[in-house]
Amino acid sequence: MSAPQETVLLQGHIIDSLILAKVLDAILMLGGTFDLLDVQIGVTREQPSRARILVRASSGQQLTDILEAIQPHGAVVERESDCRVEPAPTTGVLPPEFYATTHLPTQVRLRGEWIDVEGIEMDVAIRVGADGSTAHAVPMGQVREGDLIVVGREGVRVLPLERPKQRDVFSFMQAQVSSERPHRHIIADIAGRMTVLREGYREARSGGCQDSLVLLVGGPAIVHAGGRDALTWLIESEFVHVLFGGNALAAHDMEAHLYGTSLGYGLSAGRAVPHGHEHHLRTINRIRAIGSIEKAVTSGVVTGGIMAACVRHGVRMVLAGSIRDDGPLPGVVTDSVQAQAAMRAALPGVKLALLVASTLHAVATGNLLPATVPTVCVDVNPAVPTKLADRGSFQAVGLVMDAASFLRELARELGWKG
Amino acid sequence: MSRLLVCEPEYFSIQYEINPWMRLSNSVGPERARIQWQGLMDVLTNKAGARLERIKPVPGLPDMVFTANAGSVLGRKAVPSRFRHPERQREEPCFEQWFREQGYDVTQLEEGLYFEGAGDLLGFPDTWFGGYRQRSDIRAYIRLSEIFGREIIPVELVDRRFYHLDTCFCPLSGGELLYYPPAFDGYAQKVIEDRIGRDRRLVVPESEALRFACNAVCIKQRVVLPEGCAETMALLADRGYEPCPSPLDEFMKAGGSAKCLTLALD
Repeated sequence: MSAPQETVLLQGHIIDSLILAKVLDAILMLGGTFDLLDVQIGVTREQPSRARILVRASSGQQLTDILEAIQPHGAVVERESDCRVEPAPTTGVLPPEFYATTHLPTQVRLRGEWIDVEGIEMDVAIRVGADGSTAHAVPMGQVREGDLIVVGREGVRVLPLERPKQRDVFSFMQAQVSSERPHRHIIADIAGRMTVLREGYREARSGGCQDSLVLLVGGPAIVHAGGRDALTWLIESEFVHVLFGGNALAAHDMEAHLYGTSLGYGLSAGRAVPHGHEHHLRTINRIRAIGSIEKAVTSGVVTGGIMAACVRHGVRMVLAGSIRDDGPLPGVVTDSVQAQAAMRAALPGVKLALLVASTLHAVATGNLLPATVPTVCVDVNPAVPTKLADRGSFQAVGLVMDAASFLRELARELGWKG
Repeated sequence: MSRLLVCEPEYFSIQYEINPWMRLSNSVGPERARIQWQGLMDVLTNKAGARLERIKPVPGLPDMVFTANAGSVLGRKAVPSRFRHPERQREEPCFEQWFREQGYDVTQLEEGLYFEGAGDLLGFPDTWFGGYRQRSDIRAYIRLSEIFGREIIPVELVDRRFYHLDTCFCPLSGGELLYYPPAFDGYAQKVIEDRIGRDRRLVVPESEALRFACNAVCIKQRVVLPEGCAETMALLADRGYEPCPSPLDEFMKAGGSAKCLTLALD
């Protein structure tokens, strides 16, 4: 439930008269907070000034008290109207004036009531249910002709993130990318969250709504760099519950199991082995022959590694294909719209996202995650977490470090002895 | 020539209680009130050189004598008051009609936007101050600022005894301000201090503020004020003003004095 809030307008000679200062002081003194949405200051002495103030309170009563206190000083509650909707003109096409979402918690006003938009993610539209009392985020490609789509900005409000009660690296909720920052306390904070989430996951498993999930989005560098054992342990220890990746992560993980190489390099010897470049192709071919990754594990062909751990522990996997894939492995979703939909479907209940060594999958996941999900982006290349933040996932904490080092440190923090 | 709008106290009496000064039990002596009012008129015309315009008193409107609350005037523009209390709302059409008959360009505020005229809107040539919270609504000053083309600084009145700005704030012709700071909240006190330099602020002591020393009419160097305000008179004399005291205690029973009984028309 979002904190009660109201937007008020204050006009007149409010700056020199200290009326604005008085109203803001009154809000704070009564325990509320405010955001100055915009302030227009009169150019000449005769011209009035104007401020729009978002007032937030911790309860409905407190909000009422604040509004009652500031109204005598001229603060007027901004006239609110319901959101406007228009039917989608055709399947897959939004009305021209559609409201484009952010990934922040969003509400729309329907019949005088502010309703939370379900499944919020950035860069999609908002569909109002046929009964006019619910609202869901909807991607352009999933809209059907006649769906009621929110248009314009009236009756739509975006709520700022509340600062998490837990005081850890996520409480700042802003992208911090630097190769020069110490990693250890960040990793300890992540481990702390994962420990709590695992408890919730285990409780929910014995009946209940599963909303303590940890998502790991990984690239093949996890295998190349030597993070496979640590990630396998994390999955087996029930710290990771959803896995997103591509063809390569799965292929090199199983190549490592079957051939001891990753993209042809001997993982223990550390050098290219003769004809090693064929290993991942032979691996993919073998799994294709078996029919699925799951069967490869259950039939005893693949008995260790990330894929085996995922299959054995019921980790929900979405492998999304890309244009350069070999094979691909069975189960890899090659239609990117379907892959997006599969990823979206796996996100409810995710409370922590670790994006490790994968640019495309990290950005794709960032696009789908609401800003309320704490997110960590780990990459040796500082451009990756920067790119993620630039594309709007400002809540992601960036860690510039090698994938294997990260996973091993994280697993050790959680009790791994490897 | 300063023109003032006044109204004879023919029907002046205490018929209701809408401020802390009014007591139904504290009735007005009509003859005494008439004599005091006439005395004030004599001082205003003979000593201060004012010219009087009269509005006809109306039976059943006892407070119409307080013409400061008729509205606000600048040049040929007039904005009639919108009284907060229903008891005085009945005066509105009388004053509005008078402004129209005199050829003023009259603008009415929307209903419910309370504004009690020159009782709450006072100032210096460039900057006006608008008292709010007790009677006038702060939002009225947004509209009045547009109509009159003047900066209006709203100031909050926090003491119920000083329910109109003109009970505690009196701009003088030389740019000084006669006022009683505790009638204002801290923000307003700060704003007044920022706008009016220390050497131009004449602070009235509480005992005389309660005799409505600030409810004075300043015409050039003459300041007409209620009698019994010796310290205030000394403050004024020290600045070169000539204080002209006038006995007005019958009108204090209704919470008004010299300034409340007049409306400056130019």
